Amino acid sequence: MATFKVNGIEHALDIEPEMPLLWAIRDEIGLTGTKFGCGIASCGACTVHINGKAVRSCVTPVSAVEGQEITTIEGLAVSLGETNTSAPDLAAVQQAWIDHQIPQCGYCQSGMIMAVSSLLADNPSPSDAEIDAGITNICRCGSYPRVRKAIHALANA
Amino acid sequence: MKLNRRRFILSSAAVGGSLLIGYSATRPSRHRRANDELAIGSERFTTSFIKIDEDNQITIFVPHSEMGQGIHTALSMMAADELDANWEYVNIEQAPATDLFANGDLVKGFAGEFGVPSALMPLINVTAFPVAELMNLQITGGSSSVRYTGETAMRNAGAAAREMFLKAASTRWSVPEGELTTKLSYVHHNASGQSLSYGELAIDAAKLEPPKSPSLKDRTQFNIMGKGLSRNDIPAKVDGSAKFGIDAHSSDMLYAAIKLAPVFGTKLVSADGKEALAQRGVKRVIELEDSYAVVADSYWRAKNALALVSARFEESENDYISSTDIEARFNKELTENDGSKDKEIGDTDYELEKAADIIEANYRVPYLAHAAMEPMNCTVHIKGDTAEIWTSTQDALGTAGRVASVAGLPESNITFHQTYCGGGFGRRVPLLNSNVIDHATLIAMEFDVPVKTIFSREDDMQQDHYRPAVHNNFKAAFDENNNVTAWHSRFTGPIQVPGASHIPYAIENQSIRVVDGETHVPLGPWRSVDHTQQTFFTESFIDEIAHRAGVNPYQFRINLLQDHPRHRKVLEVAAEAAGYGKNLQEGHALGIAVQESFGSFVAEIAEVSLNRNNQPVIHKVTCAVDCGWAVNPDTVEAQVESGIIFGLSAAIYGEITIENGRVAQGNFPDYEMVRMSTSPEIEVHIVESGEAPGGLGEPATPPIAAAVTNAIYILTGQRIRELPIKNHDFSFSTPLAKL
Repeated sequence: MATFKVNGIEHALDIEPEMPLLWAIRDEIGLTGTKFGCGIASCGACTVHINGKAVRSCVTPVSAVEGQEITTIEGLAVSLGETNTSAPDLAAVQQAWIDHQIPQCGYCQSGMIMAVSSLLADNPSPSDAEIDAGITNICRCGSYPRVRKAIHALANA
Repeated sequence: MKLNRRRFILSSAAVGGSLLIGYSATRPSRHRRANDELAIGSERFTTSFIKIDEDNQITIFVPHSEMGQGIHTALSMMAADELDANWEYVNIEQAPATDLFANGDLVKGFAGEFGVPSALMPLINVTAFPVAELMNLQITGGSSSVRYTGETAMRNAGAAAREMFLKAASTRWSVPEGELTTKLSYVHHNASGQSLSYGELAIDAAKLEPPKSPSLKDRTQFNIMGKGLSRNDIPAKVDGSAKFGIDAHSSDMLYAAIKLAPVFGTKLVSADGKEALAQRGVKRVIELEDSYAVVADSYWRAKNALALVSARFEESENDYISSTDIEARFNKELTENDGSKDKEIGDTDYELEKAADIIEANYRVPYLAHAAMEPMNCTVHIKGDTAEIWTSTQDALGTAGRVASVAGLPESNITFHQTYCGGGFGRRVPLLNSNVIDHATLIAMEFDVPVKTIFSREDDMQQDHYRPAVHNNFKAAFDENNNVTAWHSRFTGPIQVPGASHIPYAIENQSIRVVDGETHVPLGPWRSVDHTQQTFFTESFIDEIAHRAGVNPYQFRINLLQDHPRHRKVLEVAAEAAGYGKNLQEGHALGIAVQESFGSFVAEIAEVSLNRNNQPVIHKVTCAVDCGWAVNPDTVEAQVESGIIFGLSAAIYGEITIENGRVAQGNFPDYEMVRMSTSPEIEVHIVESGEAPGGLGEPATPPIAAAVTNAIYILTGQRIRELPIKNHDFSFSTPLAKL
């Protein structure tokens, strides 16, 4: 039995301990905002937070998250306590993604947002070099210039 | 291409108290009948709908797939502006996959431009899809949505609806139409101070015959078009609620992992699934003609069990073919065959014979995979004689038809659930996505619950329809005064888009011919199709000619573009913005390239230097784009940024190679992408020529490779004639003296 919390809800799943967290979240729990991109932690589409830190869930077995707090894109705003009146379900990072019109196809953006949110929690005002080192997710549509602008805007907010 | 937008027929109907206006094009039979009975000259039937409810809400149905190009918003803006609608009242919906929404305009538009749309080229070779069936497509591709669906269908539907509201109000108030105005979804009679909302007039308007020639606005009258409005698809893409094909989910769903024949075109001989079947959650091991699949209650379980199946595929003559063999074959073709004519002007052979000097160069680019972020997938639920489908596709109707034919069901029994596409780039057009659609259907036919078939990233990369690898041999002749007199180009085909190999430069003699380049590797359109390879070739070789002529590459191009003002203008704007010819940081160089594709003109200037490890760093790309005029300027900029980065990934890293008949690369580490750290600053300048709108999904991709390699030449003295750039060593280089 694998037990962990996802977006504040306790789950006890009868699954193999080696099942990657990604597939537990998508197929077992049915939360589809977290995406499958490569399966080998290369692209970052599957990024979630474990105790607030960005982790690539496609290579993280559920045995490694026993008893821990997992946040997916669906629970980001609540987990950060950033809900506000103008956009009650959006964290500041998510609102910045709308303000800068970042997503194109959007498939990678859940992971991108989770990665950026974690980076900003550690380093509220990252330099370009720190952004380059910290955000290694692939966006095939090439939203990188807008992501960079949004991160700087969030740092200056 | 001339589309006479005054000649088409609208139909309208009152549906549940709301005005539904659109067009009456449907199946080929109905199309034919309507054309026979009703159409005069080049009249067309169009296919999208605007619905206005009594509560004044407007719903615009967009018959194109949203892949991030912002098409749902842009097309709705076109209809809403002509309607004089209040944008706040506009709801945007994906048109359902029924033939009422097939985009015949697009097909006809392309037919006028190219003969057949590039994205559909694979179809015409397949007898199962006779050309007449093209009318039933609902395709998104060829950077075409704004150009055809938008300019014909959307704007006319909006304008016609507006005229019907005017007429309805004129009758209601017994005043001449000339005294009425429309604004923000209301009709006003200023003399009497009366106003009625479109919603209040909807039922009356629906009883009217739609005008056959509604007047369209000129650009000075636009209220919505031309504004950088926020895209309607973005909010769902930041909170995880946007649904892609792969997100189809139900509690009774099963999942399939599949192994297709690694050597294209071979068949399965046998598969032993005993061990796989013994695994937890595994329901079935299925043998198909060219593949085997494991179906389980989770994708992860299916995928793990798949590795336990021991299977054998038949041997084939392609089992020992490698990229080296393919390259040798292409070289042989180019040496031994003169090929068939693509374009001939003057007498190139004669000019080459009497030339004072000749330069010759051999270029080549490799196969490329699409590698959309969302791996190929399809969910099918067969329920007796009906079926439901969930998948990301660039052609909903074509995909539904495909499932119907594989499952042996009538098309009318198929329910298609359209989702967002996690990238398309040409991979998700019909027939190219059939390897996932067909297999998913065959697998699902074994069950009475939904079955989701997912290609792993490796399957996605190794079972693609690849951007063709192309070799190109060039010669240029010069006279004694260093003037270029002839352009000789021989390249391996196939030609997927006519004209990509043609040059705009005023060179008096040109001979452009194509030889056979088909192998067992399946080919397909890849973002900007032939323009990706050909623009690298032609814009590199023209650069070689400029350097040989001793003229700076920018001035050289300008000199030979006297008859091409739109090319010239974008070059001038980009050069000015990039500070071309002005002081540049020490160790940096600017490379330049320009190309017209899909009705848009794009110049790009790349600023490049070498880092400590002698690897090129692309600092900035300055781009000028003339797309006629911009429906949504912010989307235009986003598409240009996207196109440049997509082309840059290909230029720097992109390479699919063949070993033992199969694709050698499997996942992103072998097929690297530009990421945040390698993504340049991009500056976009929109040049408004006021010409008809051009496409934008693709045209920014072609010039970037040559822009970068032309800069690398200045930095290193090394002319890159083979992509990707990562295969080149710049440890020993000699920068060029300034031109």
